[in-house]
Amino acid sequence: MKETGLNLWDTLVYYFQYPFVQYAMIVGLLIALCSSLLGVTLVLKRFSFIGDGLSHVAFGAMAVAGVLGVSNDMTIVLPVTVISAILLLRTGQNTKIKGDAAVAMISVGALAIGYLLMNLFSKSANISGDVCSTLFGSTSILTLTKPEVWLCVIMALIVIAVFLLFYHKIFAITFDENFANATGVKANAYNLLIAVITALIIVLAMNLVGSLLISALIIFPALSAMRVFRSFRSVILCSAVISVICAASGIILSILFSTPVGSTIVAADILVFFIFCIISSVTTGGKKA
Amino acid sequence: MSTIQITCKNVSLGYEATTVVRDLNFIVSEGDYLCILGENGSGKSTLVKALLGLKSQQSGEITFGNSIGKNEIGYLPQQTIVQRDFPASVREIVQSGCMNRCGLRPFYNQEEKKLASDMMEKLQITHLARRCYRELSGGQQQRVLLARALCAARKMLLLDEPVTGLDPKATLEMYELIARLNREDQITIIMVSHDMQAAVKYASHILHIGGKQLFFGEKEAYLNSKVGKAFLEASDAGGDST
Repeated sequence: MKETGLNLWDTLVYYFQYPFVQYAMIVGLLIALCSSLLGVTLVLKRFSFIGDGLSHVAFGAMAVAGVLGVSNDMTIVLPVTVISAILLLRTGQNTKIKGDAAVAMISVGALAIGYLLMNLFSKSANISGDVCSTLFGSTSILTLTKPEVWLCVIMALIVIAVFLLFYHKIFAITFDENFANATGVKANAYNLLIAVITALIIVLAMNLVGSLLISALIIFPALSAMRVFRSFRSVILCSAVISVICAASGIILSILFSTPVGSTIVAADILVFFIFCIISSVTTGGKKA
Repeated sequence: MSTIQITCKNVSLGYEATTVVRDLNFIVSEGDYLCILGENGSGKSTLVKALLGLKSQQSGEITFGNSIGKNEIGYLPQQTIVQRDFPASVREIVQSGCMNRCGLRPFYNQEEKKLASDMMEKLQITHLARRCYRELSGGQQQRVLLARALCAARKMLLLDEPVTGLDPKATLEMYELIARLNREDQITIIMVSHDMQAAVKYASHILHIGGKQLFFGEKEAYLNSKVGKAFLEASDAGGDST
């Protein structure tokens, strides 16, 4: 038993000597942190599915970039996703059902077109492998180049800075947009800001968990934290901690047991969610009794 | 003697081609308790939006007196679904009323924190400050939102159906609280309601709308008017809706 434990530790140390593993860890933790910060707001504003929708748009955009032979995907993926985010959050404000339908429509539409384009024009011999890694992010996190890492770090820092600077405004418009508007806070401008940073996070997170699993990264930490904590600040902090811990343990486990990174992280998130559910039912049950 | 805070002159409101309510002419003076009555769809909420500056009028003029700035009306909105399971402490919510004082400053200063504490004291919710909003009773929640509105503005409150969903006891307490703010702190109250009994009991002025202005004036005059009598009878016959 001790022997295997030592072996696992040795394996870990061995792997962490490689820069690509270090990069994966840095980028993974930053993405997890950003997505959990925003996740609370998105869940509370009833926009849980926006992550899903946007990531499919990003998938479609990536396929288009591949077909056009653009060397750097980001130049197409980022603007397309940001614009879609703005459009989706716009429609969501007016009528709930229309917003829902718009998200569903755009997300499956982009997914279908993206796959179609990949199939028709791809030069790669292993299409299903490509598609699988874009959807589930199986390897891309481990193949990051240094400029990509820097891009991730800078964007993550921007997201965190924006969130800290506008924390109270984000709280106000999440809790009560009408009141915020009435007292002269430009709620629409802040909604726009939220839309843009959501899109940024999603494009970043595609590297980590792939487009199908991004929603999990956004909603699970927020939902877990909301089970147990009762103020906005504590929910945000707890959600950030959960997300970072899950991402770290997910990446480590996936290295040790050579499992897919994205789904391992999400599995850790799900596990934490159930633990928090139990904690919540124990504590509230204790109060009532 | 009392200063005029809001003047509405020939105001028409609506959405694009359709006009919801037209020819509104009324004034609100300092210390008034104005109750806006009307059926569903009579244009009450549209008028609220216009008074808050969230919506521009199709024609006519809404002017604010010197003592009231454009965003200085404390607003108590109807509760939304989002708020029902929102994890936020009472203090966080009350403090968010100070938002319009911050401008671009990212955090609240001492003065704003004190204002929030004072308002919680005033509405007797200080002991709830650390509690979670979603665990409070309906009446307590409304007090929290009222404290928030008072942080945003000290001179005028605009209340949109403030007793919806409250039980009779909490309803009475809410009405008494609003009346006390009006009486003791000289805060002008504009309340949108379809609760005729309460309007007659507490308000000083009545504005009754239904597509157009049906009545505006003091409460006593309203009770003797044709519109007022008809509405009062209808609401009596319809039973107590609260």
